[in-house]
Amino acid sequence: MKEASKKKDREDAQETSLRGTFTSVLIIAVFMLVSWFSVFFLFLERN
Amino acid sequence: MHIHRYEKLWLIIGSLILAVFLGILAFQTFFLEMGPPSHAEMIDPQTVRESEIFADTELKEIGDNEYEIAIIAEMFAFQPGDLEIPAGATVHFTLASPDVTHGFKITDTNVNVMVVPGHISKVSHTFDEPGEYLILCNEYCGLGHEFMANTITVK
Amino acid sequence: MAHINETPILHKGTAVNEDAAAGITGRDIRLSAANLFIAFIALLIGGFAGLLQGLVRSGFFELPSWISYYALLTAHGVMFILVLSSFFSIGYLYAGTSRVLGGLANKTIAFGWAGFALMTTGTLIAAFLIVTGNANVLYTFYTPMQAHPWFYIGLALIVVGILLNCIGMFITYQSWRKRNPGKLTPLFAFFANAVFVLWVFASLFIAVFVIAMVIPWAFGWVATIDPMMGRTLFWAFGHTLVNIWMLTSISAWYVAMPKIIGGKVFSDSLARVAVVILVVANVPGGFHHQILDPGLSVNVKFLHVIQTFMIIFPSLMTAFAMLATMERTGRAKGVTSLLGWWKTLPWSDARFFALIVAMFAYIPAGLGGIINASNQINQVVHNSIWVTGHLHLTVGTTVILTFFGISYWLIPYLSGRKMTPTINRLAVAQTVIWASGMLLMSGAMHINGLLGSPRRTANTSYNGHSAAADWAMYEMLMAMGGVILVVGIILLVYIWAQLAFFAPKGKTDFPIGEDYSPSDASPLFMDRWSIWVALATVSVAIAYIIPLIDFASGHNPGSPPFLMP
Repeated sequence: MKEASKKKDREDAQETSLRGTFTSVLIIAVFMLVSWFSVFFLFLERN
Repeated sequence: MHIHRYEKLWLIIGSLILAVFLGILAFQTFFLEMGPPSHAEMIDPQTVRESEIFADTELKEIGDNEYEIAIIAEMFAFQPGDLEIPAGATVHFTLASPDVTHGFKITDTNVNVMVVPGHISKVSHTFDEPGEYLILCNEYCGLGHEFMANTITVK
Repeated sequence: MAHINETPILHKGTAVNEDAAAGITGRDIRLSAANLFIAFIALLIGGFAGLLQGLVRSGFFELPSWISYYALLTAHGVMFILVLSSFFSIGYLYAGTSRVLGGLANKTIAFGWAGFALMTTGTLIAAFLIVTGNANVLYTFYTPMQAHPWFYIGLALIVVGILLNCIGMFITYQSWRKRNPGKLTPLFAFFANAVFVLWVFASLFIAVFVIAMVIPWAFGWVATIDPMMGRTLFWAFGHTLVNIWMLTSISAWYVAMPKIIGGKVFSDSLARVAVVILVVANVPGGFHHQILDPGLSVNVKFLHVIQTFMIIFPSLMTAFAMLATMERTGRAKGVTSLLGWWKTLPWSDARFFALIVAMFAYIPAGLGGIINASNQINQVVHNSIWVTGHLHLTVGTTVILTFFGISYWLIPYLSGRKMTPTINRLAVAQTVIWASGMLLMSGAMHINGLLGSPRRTANTSYNGHSAAADWAMYEMLMAMGGVILVVGIILLVYIWAQLAFFAPKGKTDFPIGEDYSPSDASPLFMDRWSIWVALATVSVAIAYIIPLIDFASGHNPGSPPFLMP
C-alpha cells in the first residue's frame, strides 16, 4: 500500500517535470503552422 | 504501455494540425477543383509530332480571352517558341514529349507539371499580371537541359 | 503476457546483453570497418563533386570539356545517397548489433562479406562509368534516358549486395531470439532489424525495376520501356531509402544519446511503436514525388497524400521522446526552472553536440517535408531548388551530422583507441562548420526555389531573363556554403584518421542507454516481425495496386532508349 502510494508520488513528480518538453514541442507546432501557411499563401497568390 | 499525459496532449495537437492541413487540401482539391494536374490520356511518344493534337502547335483562341495551345516538350526546346497573350487571358496547355521526361514550369505561377513520354499532360492558368514570364524545363533531360526555356509575354 | 510480470527484469529493452561484456570480436570489427572505409571514400568523392557543382552553378568556375556538370551531379547523388548511406548504415548497425547481441553469427559474417564484395564491385563499376561520362543520368536514372548498360549492372550488384546484408542481419537477430526465448530483443537490435526490413522493401522495388525492366531494355533485348512504371518503382525505393537513413539516425538518438548525456531511454516501448509505424507506413510515401505526374488520378493522389502524412506521426513521437530524455536528465541533476535543463546538457561533448545539432536541423527538414507532400501546394516547390535545399537539410545535415556524431565513438570503439580532448574540440568545431555551411547553402536553396529556380540545372542566365538574374545572389551563397562544407570534410577526414590510427590506445564504449521504466516493457509480440511485414505489405498494396495495374494493363506504347550523352 505504502509502496503503491510512493510510486504514485514519483509518477506525479515525473508528470509535472516534463513541462519544459511540452513547451518546447509547442514551439515546434508554431513553426509547423507558420511555415506551412507561408507557402500556402504563396500558392494562393500565384494561382 | 504508459504514455505521459503531456505526450498524449502533444500527439493530439500535432495530429490535429496535420488534419487541418489535410482538410484544407481536400477542400481545395474536391470542392474548388484546385487539385494537381492529373490528366489520364495516353499518346505514343514515337508519333507525337504526327498526331492530331500536336501536328498544329499554334495558339488558338477558343473563347472570350480564352486560349488553348499544344506544346511539344523535346530535347531541348518547347515547340512552338515564345508566346504572347493579352492580360487576363486563360490558357489551356496540352503537352507531350517525343523523347525523355521533361518538366513544364512557368515562373511566378503555379504552373508546374511533369511531361512523361507516353502521357499527355494538361494544365491551365489565367495570366492577370502583365509581364514576361519564363517557361523552363525543370526535369533534367540531358546535357542541354539548361537551354530548354521560352517566354510567355502578357500584354 | 503473464510471464512479463513474473520476470520483468528480462524484458528491459537493453539489459539482456550479458554476453556482450566480452567486447567485440576481431572478425566483427573487420566487417564493420571495411564497410565504414568505403563509406568514407564515398564521402570524399561525393563531397568534392558537390563543391565543384556549387562553383560551376554560381559561375565561379568552368569545367574542362571532358566532364559535364551532370556527370558531377550523378557522382554526387550516387556516392551520397546510395553508396555512403548503405555502407555506413551496414557498418554501424552491424557493430552495434554485435555489441548488444553478443557478436554476429557465423553465417552473418559470411553473408556480410559476400554482400560487401558485391556492393564494392557494383560501386566501382558505376563510379567508373559516371566519371568517364557514360552515365549522365543522375541518381534517379529516369528512363527513357539511358546510361551505359553496365551502369545498371553496377546498381544491381549494389542492391543484391544490400539484400545479402539483410539476410545476414536477420540470421543474427533470429538466432538470438531462439537462444533467448521469452526475452525482448535489445532496443538497438530492434532498430537495426527494422532498418534491414526497410532495406528489403526498398531493394525489391529497385531490383524488379533494374533487373527485370531496365537491363533487358538497355542491352537492347526489348525495344521499349514504360517511363511511368519506372518512376513509380524508383520512388517506392527512393522514399524508403529516406526512412532507412532516418531510422538509422534515430537509433542513435533513441539508444545512444541518453547514455551520452547520463540519462535513460525515455520509453523503450514507445520507441518500438515509433519504429513499427515508420516501417509499416513508409513505402507509399514515395508517391509524393509524383504528385505532378500525369496518369495518376486526383483521388489516388490524395490517398497517397494521406498515407504520406501518416509517416509524420512517428516523428512527433520522436520529438517528444528526445526532449523528454534531456529534460529528465536535467531534472535528475536538480534543475527546477521550465527550460533550465537545456543548459545542463553536455554541449562540449562532440558526440552529443553533433546529435543535438542534427536534431535541430530535423525540425525545418521535417516541416519542409510536410509542405512537399501537401498535394497541390507541391506545385510551388516541385523540382525547384527548394527540394535540393530540403534534401540537404534531411540527408545532408540531420542524417550526416548524426553519422559524424556516431563516428566519434564508433571508430575508436572499433580501433581500440580513445578520443582526446583536442580531437573532441576539433569535432565540435567540425559540427559548427558543417551546420553553418549547410544553413547558408540550404537556406539559399529554399529561397531560390520559392523564387522559381529549378534544381539539377547547370549554370544558365536563361537568355538574360530577369527572373534568372534574381537567383544569382543566392547561387553565390550556395557556393560559399559549399566551400565551408569542404573545409568541414577536410577537418573530418583528419579527425577520422586520428581516431582510426593515431589516437592513444584505450577502451571506448559503444554507448547503449538503459530504459527509464523497465516495468513498462513492450509485449513480446513486438518482436514478431512477420506481423509488421504483413501490415507493411498491406499498406504497400493499398497504395500501389491501382496505379501498377493501370500502368501494366498496356496503355503505354513504351519508349525506346535515349543514350546520355
